[in-house]
Amino acid sequence: MAGQSTPAKTSSISFVRLALKVLLLFGLANLVLLPFASLNGLGRLSAYNRAFPGRLRLPYADNPSKAYNLSLYNLEAMFASHELASGQKPADEFRVLLIGDSSTWGFLLPAEQTLASQINQAGLQTADGRQVRVYNLGYPVMSLSKDLLILSQAMRYEPDLIIWLVTLESFPYDKQLFPPLIQNNPELMRRLIADFDLKLDINDPNFKQAGLFDRTLIGQRRALADLVRLQLYGVLWAATGIDQDIPETYTPRQEDLEADATFHDLQPPTLREEDLAFGILEAGLVMAGDTPVILINEPMFTSQGKNSDIRYNFFYPRWAYDGFRSLMAAKSQERGWNYHDLWDAVDNQEFTNSAVHLTAQGTAQLALRIGELITGSLGP
Amino acid sequence: MDLTVILVFIPAALLVGLIVPGRWKGTVLLVSSLAAIFWLQAALPLRNLDFWLPALSVGLTVLTWAATRPSQIPGDQAQARWRLELPAALLISGALIAIGMTRYNGSFCCLTATRPPAIWQILLGVGLWSGLIWLVSRLKSRAGWFSGSLIVILLALLVILKSPFLSLKASALLRGLTGQSIQLAAASDFAWLGFSYLAFRLIHALRDFQASKLPAYSLADFVNYAIFFPSWVAGPIDRSQRFIAESSSQKPILKTDRLEGLWRILSGVFKKFVLADGLALMALNSQNVVQIQSTGWAWLILYAYALRIFLDFSGYTDIAIGLGRLVGFHLPENFDRPYLKTNLTTFWNSWHITLAQWFRAYYFNPLTRSLRSRSKGKFALPAWAVILICQVTTMLLIGLWHGITINFAIWGLWHGVGLFIHNRWSEWVRPRSTNLENRPGLQRSLKFAGWLLTFNFVVLGWIWFALPSPTMAWDYVQLLLGL
Repeated sequence: MAGQSTPAKTSSISFVRLALKVLLLFGLANLVLLPFASLNGLGRLSAYNRAFPGRLRLPYADNPSKAYNLSLYNLEAMFASHELASGQKPADEFRVLLIGDSSTWGFLLPAEQTLASQINQAGLQTADGRQVRVYNLGYPVMSLSKDLLILSQAMRYEPDLIIWLVTLESFPYDKQLFPPLIQNNPELMRRLIADFDLKLDINDPNFKQAGLFDRTLIGQRRALADLVRLQLYGVLWAATGIDQDIPETYTPRQEDLEADATFHDLQPPTLREEDLAFGILEAGLVMAGDTPVILINEPMFTSQGKNSDIRYNFFYPRWAYDGFRSLMAAKSQERGWNYHDLWDAVDNQEFTNSAVHLTAQGTAQLALRIGELITGSLGP
Repeated sequence: MDLTVILVFIPAALLVGLIVPGRWKGTVLLVSSLAAIFWLQAALPLRNLDFWLPALSVGLTVLTWAATRPSQIPGDQAQARWRLELPAALLISGALIAIGMTRYNGSFCCLTATRPPAIWQILLGVGLWSGLIWLVSRLKSRAGWFSGSLIVILLALLVILKSPFLSLKASALLRGLTGQSIQLAAASDFAWLGFSYLAFRLIHALRDFQASKLPAYSLADFVNYAIFFPSWVAGPIDRSQRFIAESSSQKPILKTDRLEGLWRILSGVFKKFVLADGLALMALNSQNVVQIQSTGWAWLILYAYALRIFLDFSGYTDIAIGLGRLVGFHLPENFDRPYLKTNLTTFWNSWHITLAQWFRAYYFNPLTRSLRSRSKGKFALPAWAVILICQVTTMLLIGLWHGITINFAIWGLWHGVGLFIHNRWSEWVRPRSTNLENRPGLQRSLKFAGWLLTFNFVVLGWIWFALPSPTMAWDYVQLLLGL
């Protein structure tokens, strides 16, 4: 029977057709992605705050499989997974955003014991009866530009008050463009540099520039996989409330220190204003606009051990830190910043594995002080 | 098998299928499989064990082949047949020695996970094993006794490997003998890749030989069957008669075979590395079991585990079947939409099919026949008791095949009792089901109820499979029930 196809031949043809269709669809998917340098927009698609509750802090993890959490660079996805993105701001809420480093994020602390959570547990209210609700937007890198980047994303959530916890280690210029979160969001950071005329290199070689291949489906496979993994980890986040792998034991913060008086590439005896990225701090304050900002010099551990006459702790030689405190005090007086120096607000034994990470008890001490500042800022 | 291994296997299999002439295919596959089983074996803490375990797999296979040679052959003919096997024997020995020689390749060496042992040790091993096989060939008059002993040895090895306690003891013993620290002994020291499946293939050959159902195979064909690289890691457990008949037929590999093979591999890779690995991020495990706080999430995470284990295993099977197709073999299916079945019996006819068939052929059916034939007179066992004993012990053994632990035993018993209950239910329903023929709506409802019950019964069974301790599993059951 000439012309009649055999089952094998038919199957072969249908497979080839199928393969061609798959290839065509794959090619189209790549083309669709080409105009986009990143998948930030896709990050808005999130099961958080819908299928499962939003996270109490921004996604970050050193050990994803145990933390049910992961670090990724898609800011939209990071915010979409946060409880802050759960919907319209309630009318009876006084919204406070907490910006800062790993200490604010709550390194080695469960989500319900972080600074934001502990302030919330105090149940503060404004004079007009609004509930004070504090949101944890800390992120474990010490860098003012990283704080600025997060603040730039956070402003759309209509904060009533911003509390920005800083420490000297966030200020040096060499700390500004090194965080991977910055390097992987070059367009956003470049815009901030341009808009606020920051003294940072817009063409810094560390910025990850997406080439043509990086924009394809294959080139963005890791970023896509991270988006999917973030959603999948949401199930165990919802089921367990765990978002960090907290080891039972850890190496305590350093007590005995090196006899080293240098701070980054700076030498004693005087810390100058131009050595520090105050411009980024000021940019943040401008960005906040009418929203009040409380600036806080965050607590730190003060060593009593070897060479503690030279250094306060692993991070800071005494001359640099003392200089920083003086500069901050002078600048805030000059500019009218609402600044509070809480460098010694927490007992020395309440620091964990670094000179700025706090125990739950230490966090409670700081929460009490910040709670007072919030109520103080609300007026009578 | 990780993605790198699969990406190497695909072109290798395609090349074998495309350029190797039919009469050479067996030889090339033999060499490929020999290389693959050494490559796939992960590094082990015991010195050189990552070489000796695959070598022992080959050795046991050759020994089984020798033990299953027909014995009723006149002297000269038998001698001639042995001579015919000499090239294959030399090829296998030569491959082992060549793999051992990679120890001299320095940083180029990559076939074994760690540096192979000294050549003299390998030569000694090959020599001693050849002597053993020669001895077996001389003792063919005691073939029954020898094949029986070999089954016992294979089962004993399986028990040692599957029992954490015995593995630990064996590791300590080996460490003592080789001068390594006994304190560092661990059950995981004996992660002998592929042995669970190899042992079942070899026992199948030995039992069929004892029942005079095993044809005479050439050495190359038999070793090819036993260590066939696509099915080395996760099965399926093929029957030698089917595999070797297909191998001997030397049918050309069609374009459709290649296309379908590639499609199965692609589908397997998607199932395993995208779906199953994705679900693993949220599926039940010994870490999250104590952290889950609510009943609803506990169910969801258990369902995720059920899907994950199916996609993982059936994904691997798809990859094995696909690779088999690329070199011209139609390996048997291991899964047939098991989670859509409406009762437990059909579930077990569609889940890990080749393992279930193996147990049916070599344990369940012989035991049933034996109990029925002995159950006469005043010691007669009622039919239901025979079914209970056979189903429960079969499933118990299937459970223990995964590991000799209390939880795997409970998992096996769970299914054994479930199968028995279903058997009794079917017997009860059968005479009453005639009334249902005119009521399609009720039939559909019963089918749905059957599916719902079967699926959830299987899912609940996975708790014992996924978790390492009975207490942990029982606590989880209580959480699921909201207790």
